Amino acid sequence: MGSIFSRILGRLWGDKEVRILILGLDGAGKTTILYRLQVGEVVTTIPTIGFNVETVQYKNIKFQVWDLGGQTSIRPYWRCYYANTDAVIYVVDSVDRDRVSTAKEELMAMLEEEELKDAALLVFANKQDMAGAMTAAEVSDALGLSTLMNRQWSIYKTSAVKGEGLTEGLDWLINIMQK
Amino acid sequence: MSYSKRDEDSGRIGYHHYFDKTTVLQEARVFNESPINARKCRALLTKILYLISQGETFGTTEATELFFSVTKLFQSKDSALRQMVYLVIKELSIVAEDVIMVTSSLMKDMQPTSEVMYRANAIRVLRKITDASMLQGLERFLKAAIVDKNAKVSSAALVSSYHLYGVAREVVKRWANEAQEAINAKPQSAVSAATSYVTSFGNVPQTYSAVSNSNIVQYHALGLLYAIRQKDRMAVSKLVQNYAAKSGLSGSILRSPFAQCLLVRYACKVMEEDPSSTRAVYELLEGWLRHKSEMVNLEAAKAICEMKDATVKELFPAVTTLQNFLSSGKPSIKFAAIRALNKLAMTQPAAVAPCNIDMENMITDQNRSISTFAITTLLKTGNEASVERLMKQISGFMSEITDESKVLVVEAVGSLCIKFPAKHHVMLSFLSGALRDDGGYDFKRAVVEAIFNFVKYIPESKEAALSHLCEIIEDCEYSKLSVKILHLLGVEGPKCPQPTKYIRYIYNRVILENAVVRGAAVSALAKFGVNVEDESVKQSVKVLLNRCLDDADDEVRDRVTMYLNIMKSNDERGYVKDDSTYALAYLERQLLNYVSNPELADTPFDLSAVPKVSRQEEQESRGPQEQAGAIQTLGGNISPPHSGGVSNGAGARPALSTTPSLDQQAVYAQKLAEVPEFASYGPLFKSTSKPIELTESETEYVVTCVKHVFAHHVVFQFNIKNTLNDRVLEDVNVLMTPDNDESSLVERVLIPAPQLVYDVPGVAYVAFERTVLEEYPELTFMNELKFIDKDCDPQTGEPDEKGFEGDYQIEEVSLAIADFVLPSYIPSFNKAWEELGSEHEVVETLALTTSPGLQDACRDLIALLGMQALENSGTIQGSNVHTMILSGIFIGGIRVLARCRMTFDSATGVTLQLAIRSANEEVSQILIGAIA
Repeated sequence: MGSIFSRILGRLWGDKEVRILILGLDGAGKTTILYRLQVGEVVTTIPTIGFNVETVQYKNIKFQVWDLGGQTSIRPYWRCYYANTDAVIYVVDSVDRDRVSTAKEELMAMLEEEELKDAALLVFANKQDMAGAMTAAEVSDALGLSTLMNRQWSIYKTSAVKGEGLTEGLDWLINIMQK
Repeated sequence: MSYSKRDEDSGRIGYHHYFDKTTVLQEARVFNESPINARKCRALLTKILYLISQGETFGTTEATELFFSVTKLFQSKDSALRQMVYLVIKELSIVAEDVIMVTSSLMKDMQPTSEVMYRANAIRVLRKITDASMLQGLERFLKAAIVDKNAKVSSAALVSSYHLYGVAREVVKRWANEAQEAINAKPQSAVSAATSYVTSFGNVPQTYSAVSNSNIVQYHALGLLYAIRQKDRMAVSKLVQNYAAKSGLSGSILRSPFAQCLLVRYACKVMEEDPSSTRAVYELLEGWLRHKSEMVNLEAAKAICEMKDATVKELFPAVTTLQNFLSSGKPSIKFAAIRALNKLAMTQPAAVAPCNIDMENMITDQNRSISTFAITTLLKTGNEASVERLMKQISGFMSEITDESKVLVVEAVGSLCIKFPAKHHVMLSFLSGALRDDGGYDFKRAVVEAIFNFVKYIPESKEAALSHLCEIIEDCEYSKLSVKILHLLGVEGPKCPQPTKYIRYIYNRVILENAVVRGAAVSALAKFGVNVEDESVKQSVKVLLNRCLDDADDEVRDRVTMYLNIMKSNDERGYVKDDSTYALAYLERQLLNYVSNPELADTPFDLSAVPKVSRQEEQESRGPQEQAGAIQTLGGNISPPHSGGVSNGAGARPALSTTPSLDQQAVYAQKLAEVPEFASYGPLFKSTSKPIELTESETEYVVTCVKHVFAHHVVFQFNIKNTLNDRVLEDVNVLMTPDNDESSLVERVLIPAPQLVYDVPGVAYVAFERTVLEEYPELTFMNELKFIDKDCDPQTGEPDEKGFEGDYQIEEVSLAIADFVLPSYIPSFNKAWEELGSEHEVVETLALTTSPGLQDACRDLIALLGMQALENSGTIQGSNVHTMILSGIFIGGIRVLARCRMTFDSATGVTLQLAIRSANEEVSQILIGAIA
């Protein structure tokens, strides 16, 4: 069964990798998520000046994952990497209630972009392991996800340090892609 | 590659036809594709690098777009592609914006977990894209990379640190320990022998590549250590001592010959800055002559040859080493040796003479560069008899050598004229023959300059040289040279017995040449019209000039009109004969100050504050260097007093005697600018021209003083020399006590000389501020040295720990009005005098009882007023009545003129009527006050 499945996938995707951007404000946990997905461990990170790019293998699919730095000074360059993007993983720090409105502004501005009009949106309400974290529903409300038109989206609550919620999110992505 | 075959025929230029910037930029879309085609991308990156290397430039937007596309290639794991990515980013980082976007990616690549190739390259790119603000974050990683065991990584980190030192001094300073560790690290075994990095250095001598290639780390580390310490003289000296000493032992720490060469250079710097170390450094250098690496031997030999005032005996070991290299099988070694000897022969031909036989053999060397150097060296070391033979030999192959070598030969021949003036015929005909050869501008210019030297130094060759020059301009393709020659003809021609013969040549230029040359020719003609006494010549010149009035070029016409009017009005003083010029060194300094000081941007530059000098003085002031330069290239045996006899009649000779005050002042200004305490004082207005001696010359401590006057400050510089070899003075201060406590002068800064060892002069400063600007205090200071006196061993110079306080009385120094006045030349005193008018004139009649005669009175007046005597009025003409006219600039840029009418009567002494005019009455008053 598994082998047939992979063959079908192989035909679907060919050699092409799924290109994913991980975006979000600084300190949301993007780099941690990237390496949690790639090596399955929590690595110590420093603020990303620029980007990290890694290939992540999950369920026989190759994801080419771009983790772009979230600092204010770097956000303007996100757009340089929008082309050919299949999906955007938007990471939100669920504890940081003060900046969730900024997160919304950045997200909406990004979704306006022509190059991303076909990209799926997966939101991670990250840092669920911490006390006082907003729930997925709260984050969804705060970001105004329900108002999105013509966009496939989903939100998952995650904890990158504990490794919770990430695979569920990816499963959803694979599911979407195959349709 | 279908066109690769055709490449072989068409060469690189042909390759270029197949792509240009536009197509490459279009093709750059391939970078955005997914998945990445590494081969295709790499080929395109190569094209980009090729274009850049061909001088193609990318605009900021283009480069930035390209840069962002290239960053996408970081997703590929292909290491060959990554290597090209690094290189391209390095190039693009110069123009593109936002290159910090690759910081994270590069930092990941430089982690110890990455491949070595990634790590070293990433570090090198990182330093290109980073800046001081981000360096803090990188510090930890770079420090670790410096001490990395892998030579490539360590070298990359060290070189990057070296470059970053200019960007963020304070941060890189903290890495000295790591650099030291890198030097001391044990070499890796031959694992890294294949490092592409070291092989790229090429000619590492066979014997050394076997030791260990990773030694190159030492070279870079030493360079970084020096960069960090170079401002600290003691630290550099320690650095040299430290590594030089260890290299004496069997297992020397510096295994890299490159590092050893660096050390040789640093040792020379130590010697340069601290003359007392000459002895010790010389011994080190001599030791390096016996080092096992030829590279180090050469470096040391060169260093010894360049030592100032080295005796023939001291030079001997170095010359012997170089002589051995002359017969080396390696052309590069031979070349280096003969070049060093050539340079030495300029100043010390006698020391090089022992190599004559070896050099004779090299004249026929296949390598023309080597043979050229051999011949030019022989010209310097040889005697008069061999000159002709050598000249013939050179003429034989002049056409075979490059322009650069030709310049060398021509310069050598030009310098010979001073040494052997009797041979000037041979040399002149050689030079004019050389001119007929093909050659670029630099070569032709060298020939013309050489002929100029003949005109300048050998009067008997003047006419012949001038005729040669006339011939040159008949057929000269370089306007610049024609202009130069025409100018010289204009200056020298009128002085010749037959000025008319030059006029024809000059006028031919007016007919045949372009506007630039025509302009110069017209000016030259006008000089004949003004300076030749013969009326008929004057008339002819007028006729010729009149014909030029309808020249097609504005400038030429304007010049002609001006000259004709000048000749008509007989007012020649102002222009043709105006021989004044600004004191260039001073002017340059003022301009620099003006440009660097934003506060002055709103006001126009004040040219009137710049003193003027006559052209003759200007030439004299440049004389010492220029002549030294001329003589050096000429390469006579130069100890100035003797060579004076050679160039008999060369008027510029006396110039060698003193460095003129204004240039000296520029030197002071530079030194003072290095003292942070004086940074806010603004530009230096005046320094005492000659240091004032405050002690007898053979006392224990010899002290001289120089006064520096700034806009609001006065700085006293005390040069102190300790003449006792068993004493070391520390913390030497000068205590200055003014004779009038009420004055507005307030002591501000006291900078002691930290240490005075035997025979090495030290400097202490005392700075005062003039708190009331309108007051120009006249004070006398009692001076006393205060210091800590320590006994020391005369041999080693090692001081005792304990010292006792000592003091030493020295002579007084006074501050006078003259210190606030700068002597300045003006061409026409009467005109300037009238212009200033009598509005602010102050006149006073005084009896000078102290002056025994008019000449002494003149001297005293010049000293008291600090002004310049004009039109030779500083020397009296023998009668009992004399008028001296003076000009100067008062602090603040106010022009001051003085007229001193003096009568002498043996009964009453000198009676003086002093009239001073300036734009400001107060200033006039102050100056009168200086006398009364």
